[in-house]
Amino acid sequence: MSSGLAAVPRDRAEIIERAGSWARRNMWTLGLLGLLVVAFAITKLLQPNYGPAAIQGLAINILPIAFAAVAQAIVVISGGIDLSVGPMMALASVTSAVLMKGQSDLFAVGVVLGVILLGLAVGAINGALVVVTRVPDIVVTLAMSFVWAGTALLILNTPGGGAAPWLMAIISGPLGSPWLPKAMVVLAVIVGVLWLPLRRSTLGLTLYAVGSSRLAAFRSGVAVGPTKIVAYALTGFFSALGGLALTATGGVGAPVPGSYTLQSIAAIVLGGVSLAGGRGGVLGPIIAVIVLALVRTDLFFAGVDPNWSTAIQGAILIGVVMFGSLVAMRRVRA
Amino acid sequence: MTGTAGTAGTAGTPRRASLAEGGWRRIIRDQPLIPLVILLAVLVALLEVAKPGIVSGNWLATTVRAAIPLAILAACQTLAMLTGGIDLSVGAVASMAAFLMATLATGQGPVVAIAIGLVAAMIAGLVNGIGIGVFKVHPLIMTLGMSLVVLGLMSVYQLLMVRSGTLIPDPILWLGSGISFGFVPNSLLVFVPIAALIVVGLRRSGYGRLLFAIGDNPIAARLAGTRIWQVHVALYILSAILAAVAGILITGVANTATVSLVEQSVLPSVAAAVIGGTSIMGGRGGYAGTIVGALILTVLTTLLTVLEMPEAVRQVLFGAIIVAVAAAYTRVTGEA
Repeated sequence: MSSGLAAVPRDRAEIIERAGSWARRNMWTLGLLGLLVVAFAITKLLQPNYGPAAIQGLAINILPIAFAAVAQAIVVISGGIDLSVGPMMALASVTSAVLMKGQSDLFAVGVVLGVILLGLAVGAINGALVVVTRVPDIVVTLAMSFVWAGTALLILNTPGGGAAPWLMAIISGPLGSPWLPKAMVVLAVIVGVLWLPLRRSTLGLTLYAVGSSRLAAFRSGVAVGPTKIVAYALTGFFSALGGLALTATGGVGAPVPGSYTLQSIAAIVLGGVSLAGGRGGVLGPIIAVIVLALVRTDLFFAGVDPNWSTAIQGAILIGVVMFGSLVAMRRVRA
Repeated sequence: MTGTAGTAGTAGTPRRASLAEGGWRRIIRDQPLIPLVILLAVLVALLEVAKPGIVSGNWLATTVRAAIPLAILAACQTLAMLTGGIDLSVGAVASMAAFLMATLATGQGPVVAIAIGLVAAMIAGLVNGIGIGVFKVHPLIMTLGMSLVVLGLMSVYQLLMVRSGTLIPDPILWLGSGISFGFVPNSLLVFVPIAALIVVGLRRSGYGRLLFAIGDNPIAARLAGTRIWQVHVALYILSAILAAVAGILITGVANTATVSLVEQSVLPSVAAAVIGGTSIMGGRGGYAGTIVGALILTVLTTLLTVLEMPEAVRQVLFGAIIVAVAAAYTRVTGEA
């Protein structure tokens, strides 16, 4: 990637060729973008007055799931999986809500930073357990999902606490143009500032390398264990952001995580992250989250019983994965 | 290995230590049932200490009665995990079979209702099997997606059937919650044949060996002529049928049927199989351990209830114990 940036393309043919190879590499994300446009078009058709207000609502709604998807994407890219994303979000949400309630704005800033550090620590514990015990990721994080969910319940038994006004204001309403919701900007800025430089760094490269082939990464001198722990810590970090988003959108702390773990896995699979590791990014999963939310909206506007939407979501998940693996099988044969 | 070092017979102190350690490890590796049963006995003893007099014939019956549906669900996980898979749709499928049975029992009679529940489960299992076996979808994703589909469909169905109400047929109640002679739960009538079939089938039947073979080394299994997709399809259909049986038993215990009745047992079913010594990476494990695993989890739940631990503490301990046990296995066997 970096070498491509360094060399200046010489002629048009090379530019076209570069663009072609870029498109091939990002085919899945481009396809998703197309799907996103189609989904928006359908929404507009079904509901002609679908406008800025609805988009702002959508952006706020998807914010926690989008962070969950980014969290899951990072750990899956590094070759693991984290089934405790939902409970970690719940833990962050209740911790922030309990500490923030009735406190000053300045104190709330400290709480937000503290909760993010907590997320890093919690994620690092998950990662350290995976690395030290050598128990499969699924088992460790499944068990830790009990632990974090229980801890969240210990902190807050029922939804309660409060959110600092500035935290709620930061994601509600538009920024400049009414078509640009603040929540979307927050998501873009956080992911842009944190993930993009990270991905280009050595650490990002090692994350992909470990996910792609642990053995090859190890033989190339990558410290596999620490890299995995960092990956899990990053997942905890983004889960904590998701939990803060939950507190900010709801105004209270939610001790029961809901189905965020499942939704995060659905989003990364639709978003083109390979469960085998080493493939994909975080943009695809975020787009997938929006598409899934739009599908739910469309079904609602089309007058479909909301209960169908669960079944349809599952069917989409299965259908897309089957399609993806068919494509992969073709590629292997060809 | 350490075992052969022991038989060499020179009795230096370090070697004796390694022999003791090696023997201990070998027992856990080759006979995981022994430490598991010891752990179970310790838990029962702790329970008796925590609340003297609680351990009785009646207690035994209710414990076994609670453990049986969990053990059957854990059978689904054991079989799937042996091939390197997992079946997270057992909760949805079991709830579906039970809910179909309960809503149709008034109109169609219990036998037809149960048959419909089983057939619906088999269809879900068939789709799972095709997705995993033919389309090579990761079992985790396939069964997760399937559980969403089943749950959604049943929610729709529930609204359609809101008038008919649910009825748990008397034979199911008797089978699920009845206790004979003061200490024999009637659900053993269902469980003993199933357990015997699985324990013996895994060791003796060709199909059982295929499950181990696929989990141990799928490429070798394929090169040896195994049609892996057929094994997968049969496996997930079998898993769905077992889940349906467990679901119907659970309605018998709970005396209600809802579309998400069994959902809360999915993670414990995985935990029971893991504690029982089945590796999620495939190729290692067995059903006898899983049964003891289900008993351990049931006794542990009772113990924590007796100690008046809040639900939250129970969850934390539950998770910690699963990690600890899984880590102990990995240490001892030297593999995941």
